[in-house]
Amino acid sequence: MGKVIKITRGKDISLVGEASNEIVSVASPSTFAIKPTDFKGLIPKLAVKEGDEVKAGDCLFTDKRNSSICFTSPVSGEIAEIVRGDRRAIQEIKILADSNTSYKSFSTIGFESKTRDEVKSLMLEAGLWPFIVQRPFGLIADTDIVPKAIHVSGFDSAPLAADLGITLKGEEASLKAGFDVLKKLTDGKVHLNVHSSKDKSIYSAVEGVELNTFSGPHPSGLVGVQINKIDPINKGDVVWTVKPQHVAFIGKFFLSGNLNLEQKVVLAGSEVKKPAYYSTCLGVNLSALLNGNIKDNVRVISGNVLTGSKLSADGYLGFFDNQITVIPEGNEYELLGWLFPSYPRPTISSTFPISKFLKKKFKVNTNPHGEPRAFVVTGEYEKVMPMDIMPQQLIKAVMAKDLELMENLGIYEVIEEDMALCEFVCTSKIDVQRVLSEGLELMSEES
Amino acid sequence: MKFLRDLVDNVKPTFSEGGKLSFLHSTFDAIETFLFVPNHPTKSGAHIRDGIDLKRTMFIVVIALIPALLFGMWNLGFQFHKATGVEASLFENFWFGFLQTLPLIIVSYGVGLGIEMAFAQFKGHPVNEGFLVSGLLIPMVMPADVPLWMVGLATAFAVVIGKEVFGGTGMNLLNPALTARMFLYIGYTPEMSGEKCWVPIADGINTVDGYSGATTLGNVGVAAAGGTEWSESLFSWKTSMLESIIGTIPGSIGETSVIAILLGAAFLIATGVGSWKIMLSTVLGALFMGGILNMVGGNAWYDMPAWYHLIIGGFMFGTVFMTTDPVSAAQTDRGKWIYGFFIGLLTVLIRVYNPGYPEGIMMAILLMNVFAPLIDYFVVQSNIKMRLKRVKA
Repeated sequence: MGKVIKITRGKDISLVGEASNEIVSVASPSTFAIKPTDFKGLIPKLAVKEGDEVKAGDCLFTDKRNSSICFTSPVSGEIAEIVRGDRRAIQEIKILADSNTSYKSFSTIGFESKTRDEVKSLMLEAGLWPFIVQRPFGLIADTDIVPKAIHVSGFDSAPLAADLGITLKGEEASLKAGFDVLKKLTDGKVHLNVHSSKDKSIYSAVEGVELNTFSGPHPSGLVGVQINKIDPINKGDVVWTVKPQHVAFIGKFFLSGNLNLEQKVVLAGSEVKKPAYYSTCLGVNLSALLNGNIKDNVRVISGNVLTGSKLSADGYLGFFDNQITVIPEGNEYELLGWLFPSYPRPTISSTFPISKFLKKKFKVNTNPHGEPRAFVVTGEYEKVMPMDIMPQQLIKAVMAKDLELMENLGIYEVIEEDMALCEFVCTSKIDVQRVLSEGLELMSEES
Repeated sequence: MKFLRDLVDNVKPTFSEGGKLSFLHSTFDAIETFLFVPNHPTKSGAHIRDGIDLKRTMFIVVIALIPALLFGMWNLGFQFHKATGVEASLFENFWFGFLQTLPLIIVSYGVGLGIEMAFAQFKGHPVNEGFLVSGLLIPMVMPADVPLWMVGLATAFAVVIGKEVFGGTGMNLLNPALTARMFLYIGYTPEMSGEKCWVPIADGINTVDGYSGATTLGNVGVAAAGGTEWSESLFSWKTSMLESIIGTIPGSIGETSVIAILLGAAFLIATGVGSWKIMLSTVLGALFMGGILNMVGGNAWYDMPAWYHLIIGGFMFGTVFMTTDPVSAAQTDRGKWIYGFFIGLLTVLIRVYNPGYPEGIMMAILLMNVFAPLIDYFVVQSNIKMRLKRVKA
């Protein structure tokens, strides 16, 4: 039996624009894209050129440092465009989709009895490997390593996050198969972490995993927090993490022999006219979902408001994301706003008694409500950091580029998302995630 | 509002790079961001941010200081009129004190903000809000009779040597306001202590019989050195304990009223801006040390009930407004308890064992400011050791 863990330090930021439970189908959009920029430190090596025809599951590009890791097409169609940015770095590989998807077939029959290496090579070839994220540093998993454990956070606690009980409903068999495959990849345990008050019936078929139960506010759903509470990462440890929707992809692939990356995503936020769940596919162009469905002067975020990435309204859904959030852009001046806020805003500070203690949902914009300053206030990050890590000291160690201190203070245990709430609460408006990211990069170069 | 925004937008180019007054860029920026929260949305990381910022945090502290400041102004007039035997109304008392205090505040803010803005312009960073608080704290810890040039000099010293040489707000080791007071205390001791400095009575003005401007701290110090036993008659000017709590006694402008200071403390704790851990542990530290001395006994200081330490001198003011300065205090949770406890303990020790200067809290805080990073170091080490132990297990 797994552990039962209560998270007390954290904050559920309740926002306007929660999705209704309705699942909407949209006309399949014409283009999809895979973005190499979704992967930290990846240098892509193209395997296709513009005009090539691909099937779902065909390789688009590989990792230059490990050519066995393929990134494959989620749909069948024609390579429409390869978008390059600064210094010709590849930004997006756009695919013009066929109306009927044709799949590349893989021989996955009898996968239950396949060995670790056989399973691995199938996953690599089908482009499922990049769904496995390795800690420390949050990189694509190293193919030569057997991890200490694999952790799956069975719920998402972020603001306006998808209810996995809705998005993964009906995927019970795929989830079971997916977890069976994950078990082959480690000699240690596979942890499945669920929330005490969220729907866990989708995992009812899953067997042979360590089931841990969490309770409490965000960031209880972050896998980094869960690892820290269950079996923390020490120097030299390597653990892998996978999101449940990606476990379902893996399961579906091994059950059918086809790479089927159809998924349900949640579209939420105060600026969405019809916040709901949408049935679509990985790498989808957002215009099909957003056209006529959002207001003006907005920020479109692939992911949640704390960790997601900014997109244009005709951008493509991020590789790891099953959520799109649309909130107002905060590009307006506010007269004496620091003293007399003109609209309520989420906060953990008691200097806003009404905002803090009134149980209400906020329509929040992207204004930082202040300018960046040096660290002054202390004891603030700790309120939203449930891990046994000293967040402010760690960030200071990164700023000082003190590698030894970073290591000693537990940088191996965190990635950017784990400290996103610290960034949210920061009085001095320090870009905590960006700073931490620099530290992680520095550490991974050194090790 | 629209009119104001247009006005700011109109003059903005003059102060921007290439403009005629670009050397005042930082100053303009400080005023603009004071009036308007900027319209720059978040660029990286979390797309939404908490409503709190440093301006609001610092302003909360300024509000918390207001009761003590207003009371201090009134008390100044009250002390003056009591000493000179003149009947005066509430307003007359306040007005007298207001006229005495205002120049100090103007000099402190003028000199301090001037230097801050010059540094900001020179180093190309925005003006930090920290001085909004320091600039008010400095006059409040001064004796009313201090010459203005001294306040200006002390402020300049505190800002330049106490803060900017370390890298500005957030980097300073010592509390700037106390640095200013310490500078004057060491450089100009006669003007900063004794009986004459607390109430501004010009030469030639007659005082009533029995008047003495000496503070309780001074009296107890003299009694302890002279072998007089402790008694309540040692309270400043034969006042009572109750008057010490209300604050109708001579002292630095803001420090006398325990009640007004506790109002500020309640506000700081309720808003979460001041650390209750530090305040509480400072009080505990003083009671602990005072209690030990009570048990030993022997002279006036030893025999004074421990909790009297809390209501005489600058103890309360220092505890509520100085120890809780987040930059110069310990920054870790456990560190805050240790830091506060030692301030309380050292305050009593310095009061009792240092015949030269009776007020201990200023030195205790500055001393612990210096040790705060060391305390934090050990707390951080314990976190590191926990992590290393986990590897071995």
